[in-house]
Amino acid sequence: MKVPFEKLDKAFENRLRLQVMSVLMVNDRYDFNSLKELLDTTDGNLASHLKALEKEEYIMVHKSFVGRKPNTNYQATEKGKTAFKHHLDALEQLIKQQKTT
Amino acid sequence: MEEKEIRDELASIRNLMERSSKFISLSGLSGILAGVYALVGAAAAYLFMQNNPVPRRMPLFEFWSNAANVLLILFAIAFIVLMASILTAFILSSRIAKKKGQPIWGKTSKILLFNTSIPLVTGGIFIIILLYQGHDAFIIPAMLLFYGLSLVSASNFTFSDVKYLGLLEIVLGLAAACVPGFGLLFWALGFGVLHIIYGSIMYFKYDK
Repeated sequence: MKVPFEKLDKAFENRLRLQVMSVLMVNDRYDFNSLKELLDTTDGNLASHLKALEKEEYIMVHKSFVGRKPNTNYQATEKGKTAFKHHLDALEQLIKQQKTT
Repeated sequence: MEEKEIRDELASIRNLMERSSKFISLSGLSGILAGVYALVGAAAAYLFMQNNPVPRRMPLFEFWSNAANVLLILFAIAFIVLMASILTAFILSSRIAKKKGQPIWGKTSKILLFNTSIPLVTGGIFIIILLYQGHDAFIIPAMLLFYGLSLVSASNFTFSDVKYLGLLEIVLGLAAACVPGFGLLFWALGFGVLHIIYGSIMYFKYDK
């Protein structure tokens, strides 16, 4: 049985990264604190995974200020969106293969 | 990876996509209760107007001095119904939000409120203008129309079923504008009966 594990994106191996990406697929922009609340995670954990996604150029970072508070927004890049879709396709194929075998 | 694991993963992605972009904690039960409050309010207004007819077609100054009390009480009834509905919706929805892990005052609820308030505030100001200009026959149609429009615009940011409630309110508003003199009846239909029907559907579909 040949399973296309290699088609799965390494960047999405971590669950939190995949979750961040799914949020950014349906929302133009999402800010750090809302992400943190939604995914129920810690500052450090979220920040490090966002960094990783940024390094892959899957997301863009927009920094601004609301009043005096810094407000960081994230947006998915075209590259990120394509990668996410490929990853989902690969997951789907895995299911199909397991069904036929 | 096992098949079940992948399925869970896909389900959690879908859930997250919905939870992050739409406020899905609106309580159906609060819709039913809002409808009940509206019917009680409409009954109270009806009984009240039987004894105190709203004076019409007078110069503005006289209108206000004569009608002030009658109008004030009608407005008080409407205001109490509105406040009770908002409070109920807030309490019941925050309970559901907690269960679903969605903040009651978060990104999604803010977007929802913002998009609802544009047609609602416009309608509110327009109704005050209608009142000042003495077009009282169009006040209730305007209430139904603008409320319906605000629901249609809200439907992009919560359950899409809200759209159908909005469309029905718009139809009722247009009908009310065609048949003047039955305002209160249309009001009771739109804010009472429709809310109860819609709330029940939502309750059985999503609240559980």
